Amino acid sequence: MAATNATLKSQAAQAGRQFCTFFVADLFFGVDVLHVQEVLRFQQITHVPQAPAVVEGLINLRGQIVTAIDMRRRLQLPPRDGDRTPMNIVVRNEEGAGSLLVDEIGDVLDVDAASWEPSPENLDPNARDLIRGVYKLKGQLLLVLDTERALDLAVRRGA
Amino acid sequence: MENVLIQDQEIISEFLVESYENLSRLDRELVEIEKHPKDAALLASIFRTIHTVKGTCGFLGFSTLEKITHQAETLLSQLRDGHRELNPPLISLILETVDATRKVLAAIEATGKEGPDLFEDLTERLRLKAQSPATFADRSGPDIPAGATAQRPELHAASVPVEYRKSEEDAVKSSAVADANIRVGVGLLDKLMDLVSELVLTRNQILQFNAEREDPALNATSQQLNLITSELQEGVMKTRMQPIATVWNQLPRVVRDMAVSLGKQIELEMDGADTELDRTVIEAIKDPMVHLVRNACDHGIELPDVRARAGKPPQGKLTLRALHEGGQVNIEISDDGAGIDVARVRQKAIERRILTPERAEKLSDREVLNLIFMPGFSLAKAVTNLSGRGVGMDVVKSHIEKIGGVVDLFSRPGEGTTVKIKIPLTLAIIPGLVITSGGERFVIPQVSLLELIRLEGDSSEKHIEHIQGTPVYRRRGSLLPVAYLNQVLGLKSPGSAEAVSMVVLQAEDRQFGLVVDGINDTQEIVVKPLGKQLKGLSVYAGATIMGDGRVALILDVLGIGQSSGVLSESHHEAARAATEHKTQEGIEQRLLLLRAGSFERLAVPLSLVARLEEFPQSAIEHAGGGEVVQYRNRILPLVSLRAVLEPGAPEQDPAPDPMHVVVLNDGDRSVGMIVDQILDIAEDVVTVRQKSSRKGLLGSGVVGRRVTDFLDLNQVIQATESWVRGTGGIGNDKRILVADDSAFSRGLIRAGLDMAGYQVLEAGNLDEAIRQLEKQPLNAVVAGLDLPPNGTAALLSAMHRRSEWKDIPVLALTDSTERMQAPDVRRAGFQDCQPKFDRVAMLESLDRLASALSSPAVEPVPVGDKR
Repeated sequence: MAATNATLKSQAAQAGRQFCTFFVADLFFGVDVLHVQEVLRFQQITHVPQAPAVVEGLINLRGQIVTAIDMRRRLQLPPRDGDRTPMNIVVRNEEGAGSLLVDEIGDVLDVDAASWEPSPENLDPNARDLIRGVYKLKGQLLLVLDTERALDLAVRRGA
Repeated sequence: MENVLIQDQEIISEFLVESYENLSRLDRELVEIEKHPKDAALLASIFRTIHTVKGTCGFLGFSTLEKITHQAETLLSQLRDGHRELNPPLISLILETVDATRKVLAAIEATGKEGPDLFEDLTERLRLKAQSPATFADRSGPDIPAGATAQRPELHAASVPVEYRKSEEDAVKSSAVADANIRVGVGLLDKLMDLVSELVLTRNQILQFNAEREDPALNATSQQLNLITSELQEGVMKTRMQPIATVWNQLPRVVRDMAVSLGKQIELEMDGADTELDRTVIEAIKDPMVHLVRNACDHGIELPDVRARAGKPPQGKLTLRALHEGGQVNIEISDDGAGIDVARVRQKAIERRILTPERAEKLSDREVLNLIFMPGFSLAKAVTNLSGRGVGMDVVKSHIEKIGGVVDLFSRPGEGTTVKIKIPLTLAIIPGLVITSGGERFVIPQVSLLELIRLEGDSSEKHIEHIQGTPVYRRRGSLLPVAYLNQVLGLKSPGSAEAVSMVVLQAEDRQFGLVVDGINDTQEIVVKPLGKQLKGLSVYAGATIMGDGRVALILDVLGIGQSSGVLSESHHEAARAATEHKTQEGIEQRLLLLRAGSFERLAVPLSLVARLEEFPQSAIEHAGGGEVVQYRNRILPLVSLRAVLEPGAPEQDPAPDPMHVVVLNDGDRSVGMIVDQILDIAEDVVTVRQKSSRKGLLGSGVVGRRVTDFLDLNQVIQATESWVRGTGGIGNDKRILVADDSAFSRGLIRAGLDMAGYQVLEAGNLDEAIRQLEKQPLNAVVAGLDLPPNGTAALLSAMHRRSEWKDIPVLALTDSTERMQAPDVRRAGFQDCQPKFDRVAMLESLDRLASALSSPAVEPVPVGDKR
């Protein structure tokens, strides 16, 4: 399993594969479907006082306790409109699961490896740190989210 | 091809598991056989084990291992067939083989190969040994102090630990039913446990859902689900249980090696080795167990000649006991060694400024003993050498507490030491208290919880006071630092509530109060770890899922205490320094203020108060013509303060229930004083004084800018005991030192002197007395006869050596009237002698002695003036 993941990771930037897509504000993101455990509607959330601001709280995923990260705050974007409830994308890596709170879920897309490009230099540093690259789709750019980094709050932010 | 490799891998890992098991059994059996060298069955079993290991290595092609075990097998077969006598060097050689085998196994586990060390030296020695003629005087084994073990076999023959034998038999039995068992990987069991935990949570949710609607079918089904889940939970928990013997198996070897190297004789007895514990708990107690056993061998049990001199058998005894009790496992490690000298610990604690002398005196022996678990203490070499114990005990304690356990220590000098450990059966599911704060629910592990306090009414805010902005609460006379959970977690507080809810928590050795918004109920909770994003938050120990399916955070009591500052070391130090400063001033007094009858404000020296208690009226019983209650396994005589102060006045109607009782304590004797209300504790210089002629009162003074009556505790206590006492008092203004080992006596004497207008200083032992003498000129000393450490004579001779002290009159106070007239008291250097609690006689005597000193106390007194 670990070996499989490692291989996937090394290929993640180049290979043409399926991506689970979603929106955060006006940004269009994709996560490798193999990393996505499930997609959920908004769940009851327990706030964690004293936790970093990007941690929205804890959710109960069938008995498993999962930390929910607010992607708007993670990317230092303005907060959502008050009446919009976020969606959960539960992603999994070797260290366990985490949930990304996003605005809206898009389709699962097949992308062509040839359309890949590294993330542009002039991208906002807050976002660039979390983005592995860009797929140039028809009429749209798909940003490949580094889920590992998105869930890891210890990485040098803003660096 | 690959398949074959994988199969090999499996066989090898199976071989490793089995061999490790065999080796730990060997360790135990070899130590056992040293005691019973003629036990043929045991010898056969050892031979079999070695033989099995040898056979398997040959099959798997581990040649080094095969060589070593083959030589050992040859030796053992000679032993088994009676061609050779078993002796300690031989045992050591075989044990060495076991160690070598273990090393090779570790290498195989890590690399799949046997490793570079071929153990040729050992193999050669084994071979030589097997070929040498069988004699007793054997030199080829490693050097072992012969005296330690040589005569042991015979000595031990009579003292076979019964339980231990039994578990041997059990082992034989269980091997017979080996076919009924299968080996299951721990990973699978852990997975099962996780699933069951989730099922328990789902069950809780279903039950809650069921409670909300009235559907008979759902009701029946959910009841069924409830039952099955509980049973399943129990069953799965059982699969993870292991006998404590898995930890204990290595101990006979540890004890043997320690005994040999220390030149001691130690017999190890194990009782309840089949007591089962959860895997995780077993893992956690391994190191503490070994540490405690080593400690007992090293410091507890004395050398044979020391034991003989103390009239004990030369062979020390170390007993391990384990048993289930009330959902917990109790483990006891006791030795019959030298024990710990409590007085020494007490003294060291004071010297090392861990305790103030006052505090040290108030602590029970048991509490003092437990100081050994304090980190600073264990590092104190002096304590270790003097009293015999201590290094690393704090580590043991923290290990045990980490898994929700408790450690306690009991010791009797000369008779031995017992360490008692209580640990939960499992760590996965624990009882917890659910509380709310800032609209969120939190869980506090029950193990950290001491009590719940609810402060109601208008005065609720007043109960929590502030010292330079730090909130504190007076809990039965001692100050409890208080933290607000809302503040610690940065939550909104709900504004002024009618009542304040506070939980009293224990973290390490210290206690603090935590104010929360609401207290709900206790629940069995399943502890789940937090994600790595939240690992850095010290205030949480984990999370759990509540009955409604939502997540609740589990508070880490130590973390909360530290982040709120109530447990910070510097704070602690400062508080202690402050108290020390005050006690050294000596003139300031701590007073308990209370109300009884028409007396609105009465004061008692706090030093005499053991505890404040509440008893229901129904608890009152009658004995010896008075009222008593059962209190802490004792009979506590009660006296109503109202009745003493206002005899004949009607009793309160209706009688308050529960009653407020001030427990006054002096060593073995306790008296409960019924009062109407406990008002406050004041720390103040008592300024204005006026004598009182009223029965039960010494007089009145000003405390906290209000006039307060001082209780004459002599008379209050007289109401329960027929002591002969007088009344009255003569006032003047002199400095008197009260030196007595009992705080109770000092308090009583002080109360009498205070009211007579003396400035009173106290000393509980010789050192303190000397310090007080050095600090200021005194007019007189009032002393009990048994001032620690060596009696009051030491104080007298110390005073006689210094010219400025030698003319200070010393009044001896005795417990009995017989000793009063004894001429040797006067010869010993006392100026007068009076019974201890006769206030009038004492005051008259002092008046006589002190007034003989015409000059003010500050000036040196002319020699011979008083005669």
